[in-house]
Amino acid sequence: MKDLKTLIARRKFLDLLFAIVGLLALMVGVFTLLALIIDLALDGMSRLSLSFFFSYPSRFPEEAGILSAWVGTILVMFVTATTAVPLGIASGIYLEEYAPKNWFTDIIEINIANLAGVPSIIYGLMALGLFVYKLHLGQSVLTAGLTLGLLILPIVIMATREAIRAIPTSIREAAYAVGATKWQTVQDHVLPYSLGGILTGVIIGLSRAIGESAPLLTIGALTFIAFLPDPPLQTHFPFFSFEWLLSPFTVLPIQMFNWVSRPQAAFHLNAAAAGLVLLVMTLTMNGVAIYVRYLFRKRIQW
Amino acid sequence: MVKAEAKNLSFYYGSVQALKNITLPILEHRVTALIGPSGCGKSTYLRCFNRMHDLYPYKHYEGEIILHPEGINIISPEVDPIEIRMRVSMVFQKPNPFPKSIYENVAYGLRVRGITKRRLVDENVEKALTEAALWEEAKDRLNDLAFNLSGGQQQRLCIARALATNPEILLFDEPTSALDPIATARIEELIHELKNRVTILIVTHNMQQAARVSDQTAFLYLGELIEYGETKTLFTNPKEKRTEDYITGRFG
Repeated sequence: MKDLKTLIARRKFLDLLFAIVGLLALMVGVFTLLALIIDLALDGMSRLSLSFFFSYPSRFPEEAGILSAWVGTILVMFVTATTAVPLGIASGIYLEEYAPKNWFTDIIEINIANLAGVPSIIYGLMALGLFVYKLHLGQSVLTAGLTLGLLILPIVIMATREAIRAIPTSIREAAYAVGATKWQTVQDHVLPYSLGGILTGVIIGLSRAIGESAPLLTIGALTFIAFLPDPPLQTHFPFFSFEWLLSPFTVLPIQMFNWVSRPQAAFHLNAAAAGLVLLVMTLTMNGVAIYVRYLFRKRIQW
Repeated sequence: MVKAEAKNLSFYYGSVQALKNITLPILEHRVTALIGPSGCGKSTYLRCFNRMHDLYPYKHYEGEIILHPEGINIISPEVDPIEIRMRVSMVFQKPNPFPKSIYENVAYGLRVRGITKRRLVDENVEKALTEAALWEEAKDRLNDLAFNLSGGQQQRLCIARALATNPEILLFDEPTSALDPIATARIEELIHELKNRVTILIVTHNMQQAARVSDQTAFLYLGELIEYGETKTLFTNPKEKRTEDYITGRFG
């Protein structure tokens, strides 16, 4: 009887031991991240002002701002989203609902999973060869958007497939059983019920793209841009323009990179402030992703 | 009157033969029950009637299922499965309403056919819900999410969804296996009423249920049809030893 008690005591001690080790492991990550964010905030906070958002870069750190960088980021993200989202969702739906299951689709599936793990600079090299040299799109917003679009395409495809797979077979069978075609089933059921998961994946993909600098440096993004691209909406006929697509650009991570590599400490503060802006943008996107997921989960339970 | 008949029907999952040369008539406006132990092929047989197997790879049919009065072969590759599913509806084992409103669930079959006239859809939804004995409970909450209904109500909603498009044959795949006895009794009652309107084929694990609801019964074992006949005769005076063993609970 006594043996039993010591045995239990020893096993309970192991339980406790793991709880402590696990908590410590967690704390290492949480505290490091927290320290980084606080440090960034302390450094950058002083530089955050309206004029910082509405000034072009300058050789005087106090006058330099991120106007061309955040406008560039938004334009590039727009191109990325408008290419990667429809292509990715369509591919995901095709693979899950339409594609026959054979060795060919198996190979495609494996390759998509692998593509998601390819280092981003490789995408940059490919984009340099394809978009810049072969298609002569220039070192432009369009090239950057397409490059990042390719980068997140596998993420969008995989998120779409995962979300679609979460729909029970019984729901699909119910639709087919009343005579729905494949497209009716996709349009009326598969797509609406998986939209929450798909959007979550899309936003996570975009928040990865927004922080990328390596592939954009590879295609030759400029680090000093003191003008804005041609606005997409015009005051005269035909009231819109696509000139901005071919305009040179910079984005927030590249602007940060530029400032960090300067010797003057005052520029480092600018980099911290730009980093803070980027961080807030990313966190906001993730927040939106979580909220979207919550909204859709609330309505649908299997 | 024969509504449909399987003639030398065989079915394969890959190289596994799940149905062996089944020849079985389905009488019009009668309830035909399919009984047999798990894995005997009764659900496989049922799902041939609306070509549900076509949704999945690695399967093939042999033989024919003739649908009267035209005499078309349901399982022929030349026959469009969508056309078949518009004429042969199905109710599944577990209630599977769409995560939409009660109204939209019933209306879906009509929407698929491109019927959009509000009045026409309204009429058909009310008619189908009435036939499925759900109208009284659902009429004041047609815009509620279907998941807010109880399990038994959800299954009656699925029956209404299947009825809304005026099918000729209604397939039930163990429709009460996820329901409590009271909900089960209501569904059985419903099946009894519905046979005046539609030909019914029901798979059930529950032999008392087969005895209660069906007119004809077929006993399947290991993919073969062992015995078919009037339900009363089959249960009281089976011709085959294996049928007798199964219905008296000696195996299965």
